[in-house]
Amino acid sequence: MAAVSMRLPVARKVVEPSAPRGGEKHLVVPGDTITTDTGYMRGHGTYVEDEKLIASVAGAVERVNKLVCVRALQTRYNGEVGDIVVGRITEVQQKRWKVETNSRLDSVLLLSSMNLPGGELRRRSAEDELAMRDYLQEGDLISAEVQSVFSDGAVSLHTRSLKYGKLGQGVLVQVSPSLVKRQKTHFHDLPCGASVILGNNGFIWIYPTPEQKDEEAGGFTTNLEPVPLSDREVISRLRNCIVALVTQKFMLFDTSILYCYEASLPHQIKDILKPEVMEEIVLETRKRLLDLEG
Amino acid sequence: EDLRVDGRGCEDYRCAEVETDVVSNTSGSARVKLGHTDILVGVKAEMGTPKLEKPDEGYLEFFVDCSASATPEFEGRGGEELGSEIANTLYRVFSNKSSVDLKSLCINPGEHCWVLYVDVLLLECGGNLFDAVSIAVKAALFNTRIPKVRVLEDEEGSKEIELSDDPYDCIRLNVDDVPCIVTLSKIGYRHVVDATLQEEACSLASLLISVTSKGALTSMKKMGKGSLDPESIFEMMETGKRVGKSLHIALQKILDEEESLGTSRQKVGFLG
Repeated sequence: MAAVSMRLPVARKVVEPSAPRGGEKHLVVPGDTITTDTGYMRGHGTYVEDEKLIASVAGAVERVNKLVCVRALQTRYNGEVGDIVVGRITEVQQKRWKVETNSRLDSVLLLSSMNLPGGELRRRSAEDELAMRDYLQEGDLISAEVQSVFSDGAVSLHTRSLKYGKLGQGVLVQVSPSLVKRQKTHFHDLPCGASVILGNNGFIWIYPTPEQKDEEAGGFTTNLEPVPLSDREVISRLRNCIVALVTQKFMLFDTSILYCYEASLPHQIKDILKPEVMEEIVLETRKRLLDLEG
Repeated sequence: EDLRVDGRGCEDYRCAEVETDVVSNTSGSARVKLGHTDILVGVKAEMGTPKLEKPDEGYLEFFVDCSASATPEFEGRGGEELGSEIANTLYRVFSNKSSVDLKSLCINPGEHCWVLYVDVLLLECGGNLFDAVSIAVKAALFNTRIPKVRVLEDEEGSKEIELSDDPYDCIRLNVDDVPCIVTLSKIGYRHVVDATLQEEACSLASLLISVTSKGALTSMKKMGKGSLDPESIFEMMETGKRVGKSLHIALQKILDEEESLGTSRQKVGFLG
């Protein structure tokens, strides 16, 4: 039976900001004057005009001694060494792959930074170069870590650990990079039955928890068996919860996603995307997180 | 198994928001938001001469504009091809006699008639454009108010057209038989209704059918580079008729609800 639900639009409600923690943030929009004091050095996101320091992006002002910069709330991903990213291969070049990671320039994955199957350590030969396409093709999704950042902002990735590599069956959710909280680990095995990789670049990968950990695979073999319906329901529900949190501009980390999942259990999976249900579950998640802290 | 990525079944639509009378200087307008797809339709009624082969009927003219802010591909002239495809599909859907009562649009047979210029603007592309456009066109036609005119005969026999003074004295169109388009996309071995952008990228072939509220099919079109088995076409047609009927029921309900709110309705518009 088809379900078609139509509704009249409702004006957006002004949401009360939750209790400020650690002081108020100084939010600016492009064109706002930050300060007229000339003693400050200008950092990213600012420019000087008529002896005034003016913001060029919309975000929060950060002041470190004499340096004033504006950290934008919605930008492309800016790479930092040590970040986990989820990316899609766009090109296969001579000794490297070009990976799209929602940043200003395509990231680079050098052949020498890629794990060989079996974990062997040797110098990459010409045969390895010719066999590059057998490892990763255009359109494949990988999880990798940022090794270094070039001077123009492009990011160099590496997959030198068995937990990184090609991703198999799962669901990708693309969010803004500023909504992913920086944590110790970004690979989470949620107790509800699915695993999540929270890429710092805003690409979130939800996949069914693998039964046993394949140590030899090194992330190259993709499991193409059909995923059971129960796992797919959990993954769909998680995906809708993440979309709900993102729509309400909530920070994403393992606890918030888990609480949101638990708050959404009484509803049907497809109902989570309705505006009123979204507000209700995010409100409950926020309450539980505040209780956890307080 | 009936589970898509966002939890919907194969025959479920995304949550839609419909609002009419959003543009004040048109005879009728509607805005439909289906997930991330945002469509704005404006209808303007103007007087023109009827077509030579149909002197006692008015007619509809469709124009679709793909705004460059919908997706980056529409920059410059990129959206023209898609726009003309949607417009041609609308012409086909409305080409049969029973969709809109064109005889009611006639003022003076052979000389004057009402021409309804239907302009569609794509504000955002989030998958399933044709369905959203047809829903918006039906809602806008429902909202269209054409002023009542009287034809007066002079002593010499020249006719004069008089517009009634009361701005609320107008005729409404009967949209009971206006068809809505249902797009069925084939993904793997199943077909889905209301595909998102990601699902459209995975589907190789899709079938577009236009269904009236009584379940009658008025036109059919196959799109995409893949092939469709004749059996699956029959299945898709049956699904489309079923889904089309519930679509019409839901849309009519919301239009009647909006109508019943009358002038006290809070207009949300674009800045709500």
